[in-house]
Amino acid sequence: MDFELSDEQVLLRDSARGLLTRSYDPESRNKVVDTELGWSRDVWGQLAEIGILGLTFETAGVGPIEAMVALTEVGRRLAPEPIIAAALTPGVLIAEAGTDEQRRLLERVASGQRLLAFAHTEPGMRWPSTEPATHAAHDGGSWTVTGRKNPVPAGDCADTLVVSAALPGGGVALFLVDADAVTRLKYRTFDGHRGAQIDLDQAAAEPLGDAVEATKVIRNAIVRTQSALCAEAVGAMEEALRLTTDYLKSRKQFGVTLNKFQALTQRAADMYVSLEMARSMNMYAAMSIADGNLDPVVASRAKLAVGQAARHIGQEAVQLHGGIGMTAEYPVGHYLARLTAIEQILGSCDDHLHVLIDRLGDYDVVTL
Amino acid sequence: MQLALTADEAAFRDKLREFYTTEIPSEIRARVRAGEGFHPDDLVGSQRILNANRLAVPNWPVEWGGQDWTPTQHQIWLDEMQLACVPEPLNFNTKMVGPVIAEFGSQELKERFLPPTANIDMWWCQGFSEPEAGSDLASLRTTAQHDGDSYVVNGQKAWTTLGQYADWIFCLVRTDPSAPKRQAGISFLLIDMSTPGITLRPIKLIDGSYEVNEVWFEDVRVPADQLVGEENQGWTYAKFLLGNERTGIAGVGRTKVRLAEAKKYAAQTKRGSGTLLDDPLFAARFAEVENELLALELTQMRVVSGSADGKPNPASSVLKLRGSQLQQATTELLVEIAGPDALPFGADIASPRWAQRAAPTYLNYRKTSIYGGPNEIQHNIIASTILGL
Repeated sequence: MDFELSDEQVLLRDSARGLLTRSYDPESRNKVVDTELGWSRDVWGQLAEIGILGLTFETAGVGPIEAMVALTEVGRRLAPEPIIAAALTPGVLIAEAGTDEQRRLLERVASGQRLLAFAHTEPGMRWPSTEPATHAAHDGGSWTVTGRKNPVPAGDCADTLVVSAALPGGGVALFLVDADAVTRLKYRTFDGHRGAQIDLDQAAAEPLGDAVEATKVIRNAIVRTQSALCAEAVGAMEEALRLTTDYLKSRKQFGVTLNKFQALTQRAADMYVSLEMARSMNMYAAMSIADGNLDPVVASRAKLAVGQAARHIGQEAVQLHGGIGMTAEYPVGHYLARLTAIEQILGSCDDHLHVLIDRLGDYDVVTL
Repeated sequence: MQLALTADEAAFRDKLREFYTTEIPSEIRARVRAGEGFHPDDLVGSQRILNANRLAVPNWPVEWGGQDWTPTQHQIWLDEMQLACVPEPLNFNTKMVGPVIAEFGSQELKERFLPPTANIDMWWCQGFSEPEAGSDLASLRTTAQHDGDSYVVNGQKAWTTLGQYADWIFCLVRTDPSAPKRQAGISFLLIDMSTPGITLRPIKLIDGSYEVNEVWFEDVRVPADQLVGEENQGWTYAKFLLGNERTGIAGVGRTKVRLAEAKKYAAQTKRGSGTLLDDPLFAARFAEVENELLALELTQMRVVSGSADGKPNPASSVLKLRGSQLQQATTELLVEIAGPDALPFGADIASPRWAQRAAPTYLNYRKTSIYGGPNEIQHNIIASTILGL
């Protein structure tokens, strides 16, 4: 039992924190989010240099904890770069299911030269379903994929898509599809990220590995993604609380700073309690994966706890700021927005609670 | 980062698990599992077995029966004890007065008091709170006047838990009423409960039980050699003690056991065409409490493995706060599972005994967010010490 980071992990954390703090203050972050791309290719290149874009697939023995450490820093600065969506999640799918040649693509992903996206969710399909209506067809020596995928995070900028599709004989497989072979409607999400609706009309597709059942590979990648999202949320919650306590110490009303009012400080204390509970569950999720245990129930436990804390902390952070918290110029509202988005990606609190309820009769006490 | 226990820690856990489940009589543990009220004989019997095996006071200095354990080992000792439903050694002895005497007492006091305290040959109670000094403990008024080789104590203590069983009481008393700061005039005194001038009155609580007492002191002569440490330094010792009081107060293991019992009963309770555990509304709340308890357990592991020196940590306020809330949530669930069977009390009828105990326990457990520094005070500690507000 050890909750300390290794020296290398501390180094990674400090580099990520340093890079993102240099790159973004609230004002410059908002400017970058308002560009067409919505993030910075320059920062992307630097993230590649410190090894963050290949964390889930690049080096043996390095992975979940490092991803947690890096994503916490991303959350802290609300960095808009689609690290999870354009690199980590589709990257691990290729690493686990791809052929040797397909895996060579990952070098260019890790170095920041190629962007991916995982086109999985469809209209009417919600986590935990992995049964897409999008289907693959085989004709002669080649495959095509037909269907609509939405929302696809980072689908707007990806060069290559990893697409889930039903096989003619049943089961779900993964395919690589060139972004030029699809029609995409690009959009901005409410939290300033980017995505696309992607229509595939007999799009030329290359099976990722063999065209075989890939549900388990998808589930594993989703568990890793949920853990990474939890880490990003923890970083965002930490900063939302820091902004709030700083504000309580500096803002004056009735001739005194707001931290003289127990009605406010007691609520800030509750935010801290929520944060620490969420942080523990976030560590639990990453540490379980690092132990080789890709258990979706553990991921659900973490995402439920983090989602509940995110709502509490996000809402209270805005409330304790008062009116200034409502303005787009001030950062705290953007943290609420991002936390709200994370809660709706890959399962809401209720979705994860369902997972737990379904297993409630299987054990007497929860064991780690 | 590593979630699993080390091989040594796992072996340590297995050894303790075996000890608790084989050496402590099963009828004692069954009574604890069933939550059947408070049995002083069970506590004494169990603590003496533990003490005979150097397991009653591991937090004390090694020369007085303690163990040279890591913080993680201490936590395993407690968790396994709670999971095995072994009555915990009496806090007043092992976590409060014992460590204070060991840290601040003279050699004579240590020799006289520590061995019987560890073996619960002396049952201690705590004389801190007063009718006008609750959370604001430093406003206490009970006085002790130095007179020759004794102190003469006058005043009243309140909320003295289990005082009706106690042989001795450790008291905060005001020895210098004119001290410039209220905290500066307080001393820490050990008093034999059979000393003339002491009157104890048990207070009936909302569950019908007797747990706390009022204690009056009227010209009680206490030998001066029963002063711990130095005169007027009692506040320092009390702060040391209160820091210890809050560690291990989360009760994660106890709540786990109670939740497992609740789940068993819910699975036996019919609702509609299935059981209560199949009901999505109930199951959702149950699963949330389980998940929150897991978060608390992990947080406690973080705090423990991070506190290398074993000193109290402001994070113990977080553990106390969440721990008490989850203990209470579990007792609420049990009342709901019992439903109308919660109404009868102490009758030999169709309503099962656990169901009859559910509501009184729920009422009784409202105390957990009040004692050991109420949760509002824990909020203030978190806000000021951790958040700097």
